[in-house]
Amino acid sequence: MNLLARYAESIFWMARYMERAENLARILDVHETFARDMRGATNWRSIVQLNADEADFFARHDRATAETVVHYYVLDQSHLNSLVSIVRMARENARTLRPWISTEMWTQINVFYNRILALRPEDVTVQHLSRVCASIKEACQTHAGITEGTFYRDQGWYFYQLGKYIERADQTTRLLDIKYHTLLPATADDGSTLDLFQWFTVLRSTAGYHAFRRVYPRGMTPATVAGFMLFNEGFPRSVVMCVRQIDGLLTRLKSRYNLRRGSEAMEKVDELLGALLSRPIDAVIRDGLHEYLDWVQQQLSGITKEMGHAFFGQEPAAAAAVQTQ
Amino acid sequence: MNRTDASGADLLSSYEWGIYYDELFGRPDAPAAHTEAIRRRIGALDFAELRRRAADAERELYNLGITFLVYSEKEAIDRILPFDILPRVLSAAEWTKLEAGIVQRVTALNLFLHDIYHDAKILRDGVVPEDLVRGNPNYRPQMQGLDVPFDTYIHIMGVDLVRDRAGTFRVLEDNGRVPSGVSYVVENRHMMQRVFPDLMQDIGIRRVDDYGHRLLEAMSEIAPGGGSDPQVVLLSPGAHNSAYFEHIFLAREMGVPLVEGRDLVVENDRVYMKTTDGLAPVHSIYRRLDDNFIDPLAFNPDSLLGVPGIMDAYRKGNVALANAIGTGVADDKAVYCYVPRMIKYYLGEEAIIPNVDTRICREPDALRYTLDHLEELVVKPVGEAGGYGITIGPRATRAQLDDCRAKLLADPANYISQPVVDLSVCPTLTEDGIEPRHVDLRPFAITANKTWVLPGGLSRVALKKGTLIVNSSQGGGSKDTWVLEDGQNEGSAP
Repeated sequence: MNLLARYAESIFWMARYMERAENLARILDVHETFARDMRGATNWRSIVQLNADEADFFARHDRATAETVVHYYVLDQSHLNSLVSIVRMARENARTLRPWISTEMWTQINVFYNRILALRPEDVTVQHLSRVCASIKEACQTHAGITEGTFYRDQGWYFYQLGKYIERADQTTRLLDIKYHTLLPATADDGSTLDLFQWFTVLRSTAGYHAFRRVYPRGMTPATVAGFMLFNEGFPRSVVMCVRQIDGLLTRLKSRYNLRRGSEAMEKVDELLGALLSRPIDAVIRDGLHEYLDWVQQQLSGITKEMGHAFFGQEPAAAAAVQTQ
Repeated sequence: MNRTDASGADLLSSYEWGIYYDELFGRPDAPAAHTEAIRRRIGALDFAELRRRAADAERELYNLGITFLVYSEKEAIDRILPFDILPRVLSAAEWTKLEAGIVQRVTALNLFLHDIYHDAKILRDGVVPEDLVRGNPNYRPQMQGLDVPFDTYIHIMGVDLVRDRAGTFRVLEDNGRVPSGVSYVVENRHMMQRVFPDLMQDIGIRRVDDYGHRLLEAMSEIAPGGGSDPQVVLLSPGAHNSAYFEHIFLAREMGVPLVEGRDLVVENDRVYMKTTDGLAPVHSIYRRLDDNFIDPLAFNPDSLLGVPGIMDAYRKGNVALANAIGTGVADDKAVYCYVPRMIKYYLGEEAIIPNVDTRICREPDALRYTLDHLEELVVKPVGEAGGYGITIGPRATRAQLDDCRAKLLADPANYISQPVVDLSVCPTLTEDGIEPRHVDLRPFAITANKTWVLPGGLSRVALKKGTLIVNSSQGGGSKDTWVLEDGQNEGSAP
């Protein structure tokens, strides 16, 4: 059966927003843990830095306190990157897709959104934040499980998976980039307590700490962590793992459904995958990790753009995303 | 009759329905025998348990998103159509008669539409005033002389019925443009089966769940060339439309894409939809858009919801539209008054389901009568839907009556008047126990080559005590409507 271009786009973005919500919940959860452990208020600011939201945040709040940061990222409906806004957009896409997705998928997102909408400031104070984040993360994972178990496998399934992996790869590069950036002064001082703690945080927020330890039982350096998150072939949130999935999904989508378009998107994916596989992490760091991650992000956004032209019926000129990046 | 105490008494023992006809009890002199078993089961229920099940049902409707949108001043709110878990039950005999009456009415209206867009015999014979048709804002000159498959214009019809004190069903209104509500009929039944299986057990109830299948068949039958496996789509104004859930429901039941105007394009007078693989042809469109919005080139040029050029494709016979363009002239509240005469004119039959006695205020005698009896009458503007602009004489204040009188005098042609129909009541769960509430009934009929009527229809219930207005936009709810199978608890229905 034909898939409407508009539906394909909505499916793609529904998957991206749900993936985005899970990532944000993970980051908030892990950071809250450290805000409790450490003295000083700088931790809350670092979440704002990590998401590159400083300008917007400080236009709304004077100081980055637990209260203001949590409000900004969980409840603030006027902030497009808050959990409530992200899940609202996932739900809006799901609403459009109701004729296409399973009833169970819609119901779960609808109930999930109404639950977040009902959160009051007193529900997300620091002592409750971890529980709230855990329940949001779980709701996203429930969504993933329901989708796996009920979403009919046709074109729509491929667009869902493509959205999920592109978002996940993008989130991993962002996490790595900002973290690396803020930690740059400390790289000369490998192994300092703060440094390790921060890297530990990065790994924890992606549920990668134990996997990392299995690969690197001893020691932890920024290079090994960055290498793990970029290139590891077994870690489900590594960039290589995601891009391999994107590559396979696009190939199968095109061949199985005889889609005439999409060659440009495939070329971009090939180019990205080739680049990811060709250089070791030490060389990447030597030449500038930030520039490298920036390039990866641009490639991912380029793939999205090409998909827009090929499948979502967007004119090349008007491709400036309808949905927010 | 507060029944919150767990007295163990029969829940219906102190139910009193006054002067009205009751859907479960009938008339005091003619009790409804077909509902006896059902009444016994309801009577034996525990009130707290009933309340709990009702709450379960409402929560589930909300979670499933079986909602409609209400627009307040600032925002759009998702509302469920309140669901009352006590059913409304029709006997097989009652239904057989209603079904025949609806088929008759749809047939006559389709003949009327074909006639007025072709030779207009009925106008020339003076049965229906010509200016009422040609001067009607919903009359579409673009349809003049155009032939449509099977001469069917109203493929999907909703007939609003009310039942008077004697128990006689009467037509209150025809909905021949884009009638809505059928999704609730099916979903209410599903809900009932989940929360009240014990009430339904072993009672033969006619199924309602093949509506989507029937609709798809009709949409395929009317597709150009009667081609095999035509591409059917449902055209919706989009997620912000108050009936969006119903569009989703119907698209899903039919297994066809739900498209919006922006998903369709017309090239060389053919309609296509934009897919992931480019343009794909579309043959048959169930449109949930009014005529006015469907093609900015043919009708309202400001419409962003429609598809430019679709009217040309339609006129060339390259795409089927259901309902056809221009049906609004047949469900006009003034034209409604002439439907019994149309039935006589085209079919040589009396109307099986009578109209409510209606006066057309454009006629001087009718206007005078209406003005003289304002306190007893319901006055309705002919162009409005959803219960807006209605004045119910016996319940209006002095000021409201004066206002109504002024409007009537200023623009009499815009109004009709009817006596207050004492709508029948049905036992309904309220805060204070089981109480009578007024109900109406909207059956749905699908017509391509011939007409099929969904058994039952949407029973809307006025949940507010004493009110007669059942529209969802005015705080009405709905009930599951059961049509009993033949030979099932059949009694002497009035």
